[in-house]
Amino acid sequence: MSQYVKPVNQKAWWLILPVCICVAFSAVIPLMTVVNYSVQDVISPTRAVFVGTEWFTAVMRDEELHSALLRQLLFSLSVLAIEIPLGVLLALSMPSTGWKSSAVLVMVALSLLIPWNVVGTIWQIFGRTDIGLMGRALYMLDIDYSYASNPTQAWLTVLLMDVWHWTPLVALLAFAGLRSIPDAYYQAASIDGASRLAVFRYIQLPKMRGVLMIAVLLRFMDSFMIYTEPFVLTGGGPGDATTFLSQYLTQKAVGQFDLGPAAAFSLIYFLIILLFCFILYNWMLRVGTQDKGAGHE
Amino acid sequence: MNRKKPFRVRSLFLILYLLFAMLPIYWMVNMSFKTNSGILSSFALLPREFTWDNYITIFTDRSWYSGYINSLIYVALNTVISLTVALPAAYAFSRYQFLGDKHVFFWLLTNRMTPPAVFLLPFFQLYSTLGLMDTYWAVALAHLVFNVPLAVWILEGFMSGVPREIDETAYIDGYSFPRFFLTIFLPLIKSGVGVAAFFCFMFSWVELLLARTLTSVNAKPIVATMTRTVSASGMDWATLAAAGTLTIIPGAIVIWFVRHYIAKGFAMGRV
Repeated sequence: MSQYVKPVNQKAWWLILPVCICVAFSAVIPLMTVVNYSVQDVISPTRAVFVGTEWFTAVMRDEELHSALLRQLLFSLSVLAIEIPLGVLLALSMPSTGWKSSAVLVMVALSLLIPWNVVGTIWQIFGRTDIGLMGRALYMLDIDYSYASNPTQAWLTVLLMDVWHWTPLVALLAFAGLRSIPDAYYQAASIDGASRLAVFRYIQLPKMRGVLMIAVLLRFMDSFMIYTEPFVLTGGGPGDATTFLSQYLTQKAVGQFDLGPAAAFSLIYFLIILLFCFILYNWMLRVGTQDKGAGHE
Repeated sequence: MNRKKPFRVRSLFLILYLLFAMLPIYWMVNMSFKTNSGILSSFALLPREFTWDNYITIFTDRSWYSGYINSLIYVALNTVISLTVALPAAYAFSRYQFLGDKHVFFWLLTNRMTPPAVFLLPFFQLYSTLGLMDTYWAVALAHLVFNVPLAVWILEGFMSGVPREIDETAYIDGYSFPRFFLTIFLPLIKSGVGVAAFFCFMFSWVELLLARTLTSVNAKPIVATMTRTVSASGMDWATLAAAGTLTIIPGAIVIWFVRHYIAKGFAMGRV
């Protein structure tokens, strides 16, 4: 494909108008309410005082928040580092035709379909050394395993649960991306005598760029907002080993019912995610265009 | 295709992964056929006292099975709306340049970046004002926040993979835009539509916070009904496991239907 410049067409706005209306209705209006709360001290439903940036300053100085943020970053980056390569590998090894392909596709997708609170509950039992399969197996291997009392093991269990739960998302996206590569590319590669690695590097990877970008961004933002699963599994403990940002936020918003600080916190939270996604997105765009130059014959 | 040599290593990897993926699910299904005391008393690979009671509870108690029906209705509504509005938008993003296109495209995704907990109170107020509380529409519309941007992004990726020459040829041949889009373009991006539909279904199906807040009785979804199993008297593990097993089934059926679109896609098209 040649480097084709898209034609300018302002009428295309009509095509995206429905999307903008939908999203504005269900996102912008509520977000404005949050902004409104973040600069006020809500004393009662009828009484509120304008406090400016006071809540923002208070939240930014919160030490607990800083450690929750670090934990969160470490977790999200680990999630990306494991799930993206694993998902791509899985997509590459899934059969592409026949009943096996269908069966594997359905089996891989199953873990995505379990409601998040059930995921936590299942792993809670699954990891118990007395009645759970995984806990029992580890116990038999003479490993002193307990997600309830050992912080490192609790953290690793949450990570493993996330890998189990969400790698299929990456795999399905990558699989669909792989399947959309025309056979002609593979034929051309085999005529050139390209190795498996070269086929992956110069054909499959560049063609999967679009879906992988979605996968990376989705996994990053969703793992950054992870709440239900660790909450059900460990309740944030032991100590605060698995208290991630959203749980901290919920403790503030629901537990102490401080609307102002909670709103300010959610805006800062949102900006942090936005910043990282923006960096990731632009980085991947750049890497992608370099690939394009090398990838196309 | 000429990829035979690494076949064995890959199959081994695939089998190992599937094993890892199926074990927790196996444990859930296993638990769903046990009694609560059976679950908690001892470790057993297969239920010692096999029982259907947990499933019977769900299928005979209206408050349980109506949860499934409610969930299915709003999830279907949401998936259809998401795809309908996202398809033309994704086409516009993949084919044209217009004022602010890149910004709007990224802005769409930013709507997924707010924890749903943040939206609880505003949504509650908004839908109460509109009189939509406890209806299917409230949940279906609220879930658009995260599904529409996702659908647009996924579809745009697939549409950009279709060569633009196809559009041009069709217009030269005298196709109108709607006819071209429905009869030529859509079949070409089937795999993308399949994936997008499945993800919209999935994210709406498992979302708990918003669905629980916006409904009380008439439209109460299954995920909210499930939280009932946690009570002062302790967890009702067995019923929860049975309900969890049943929640997988509709999604498995959906993916069974869209699997051909995902697996065949563009390569099998007429190009």
